[in-house]
Amino acid sequence: MKKIDAKGVHFKELNENIRQALADGKTKITLNNVNGQYYIGTGLKGKDITINIEGVPGNDMAAFMDGPTIHVSGNAQDNISNTMNSGKVLVEGHAGDVLGYGMRGGRLFVRGDVGYRVGIHMKGQKRNMPVIISGGMAGDFFGEYMAGGVLILLGLNAKKGESIVGDYLGTGMHGGEIYIRGEVDIERCGAEVGIDDPDEHDLKTLEKYISEFCKDFSLDVKDIMKKPFKKLIPVSSRPYGNLYAY
Amino acid sequence: MNHDYQKDIAGCGLTGLINKKKKPIDGSHIKKSLSLMNDRGNGLGAGYAAYGVYPEMADCYAFHVMYDFDSSRMEAEELLKANYEIEKIEAMPTKPVKEIVISPLLIRYFLKPKKDKITGDQSEEDFVVKTVMQVNSEIEGAYIFSSGKNMGAFKGVGNPAEIADFFCLEEYEGYIWTGHTRFPTNTPGWWGGAHPFTLLDWSIVHNGEISSYGINKRYLEMFGYKLTLLTDTEVVAYLFDLLVRKHGLDIGMACKVLASPFWKDIDKMDAEDKEIYTALRQTYGSALLNGPFSLLFGHSKGLVGINDRIKLRPLVAATKDDFVYMASEESAIREICPDPERIWTPRAGEPVIVDLEE
Repeated sequence: MKKIDAKGVHFKELNENIRQALADGKTKITLNNVNGQYYIGTGLKGKDITINIEGVPGNDMAAFMDGPTIHVSGNAQDNISNTMNSGKVLVEGHAGDVLGYGMRGGRLFVRGDVGYRVGIHMKGQKRNMPVIISGGMAGDFFGEYMAGGVLILLGLNAKKGESIVGDYLGTGMHGGEIYIRGEVDIERCGAEVGIDDPDEHDLKTLEKYISEFCKDFSLDVKDIMKKPFKKLIPVSSRPYGNLYAY
Repeated sequence: MNHDYQKDIAGCGLTGLINKKKKPIDGSHIKKSLSLMNDRGNGLGAGYAAYGVYPEMADCYAFHVMYDFDSSRMEAEELLKANYEIEKIEAMPTKPVKEIVISPLLIRYFLKPKKDKITGDQSEEDFVVKTVMQVNSEIEGAYIFSSGKNMGAFKGVGNPAEIADFFCLEEYEGYIWTGHTRFPTNTPGWWGGAHPFTLLDWSIVHNGEISSYGINKRYLEMFGYKLTLLTDTEVVAYLFDLLVRKHGLDIGMACKVLASPFWKDIDKMDAEDKEIYTALRQTYGSALLNGPFSLLFGHSKGLVGINDRIKLRPLVAATKDDFVYMASEESAIREICPDPERIWTPRAGEPVIVDLEE
């Protein structure tokens, strides 16, 4: 285990130190006193790498990441997991806006709330399915322009009658699946979105992902699955498929 | 993979704090908070606003003025002396900072309008606003960038720490502070263009872009405001002056003019709210701010944070004891308040309004 004290260290130097530690063969790194340093874990490749972060990491964490696991003990900021390819990001607290932009693989699990524009432009295919789960609530534009992958919102901290998701849900969505625990008001959804009850197969998939989330955050999966989910999918299929062929 | 690729990727950064019981805080805190977000700016503008900094001169207007030429100063002082009792003129205290190689002449005036010069139904504030507009638009190379009582703006071209050091910020004590680091996108990075933008006691720091600048500018010009600082944010300071001071809206209502609810949301309101918000949008359509923004609005009685209606710029708020903090990034708050009681991200268009306790 390599420990790096990040107190007052500029992001450039901190990320150089992380890369140096990896080059020296260290695979488990703990960063102490992190506060606002950008790009932690960005562009890192390798399944065996684990980075533990004490403090609040800055924007653009885990962008383009391919393989490593990052664990954040508190809150995190904006733009996590931009175009991430594989690996896992765990945030114990809340996280900010534009999470998982264009994410194409791996996991982003946030124990608490997430901000606006989460899962925007996410994409996926069978062998590499990105999954974002928030245990809390989400802001507007959840799953905007979503093209693939899975977005799950649990709202575990929601007060009774409170909507756990914001406006413009799935606006422009044309692929992937969004699961919301509880009811969804169709008025909050983009025009391209249909609301359905998950079928047996969906529930199995959902339980698989939520079990993983619960294991990571020591939560009870049965408790969470007791409440019914709604499934949101695009109701138009490749609307511009013939644009250049027509 | 080449990790040496260098590109400036940034947006502006802002931070602010208020002590509701008016406990004076020196400028080192806001400098520390803003400096954490150094990489959000690019050195082409940084600045601070501070309230409670001139308690011994609290009944005078404190004008901070930038002059490009000696002739600008002569001309401006002629106008000021004719219209104001000047209690004190002094060079603004500055200290040499290696990175700041050129700066305008910076002079500070403590003054009171001559009673006999205020005519008709003009208020004292109207008179001061008129002076600011006149100097900024008519005297070449002269800019009054701060004109409130017991408050001041300190700004220029440099990064947050450089500008704070240049203006000896640590020697000031105030109970409301805002700070801004700039990444100019489509207007010049010059001393007058740095944030905050102020008028009387109003001060604005802003991250984003006011796409409605043209509409807002023409609207403000109808009320005699002159837009001279070549930057979109200037309209916000004057809009608050118009809406709150001239038209008597409360601050919450003024925020709902600048970031008004969408029509689809107004449609869902109960009859009374629907009437109010419809009237606001109809009356003040030209005061609506379009485009991405998060901004902090300081005034003599409090601090307000707000972002645009679809939250295209970040804003985080936190509380600790009698303090409220707001910033572009949580880390900027934690840098000076490691252990806040509550930390949250305000929803789009929902202002965080903090008042000083009476």
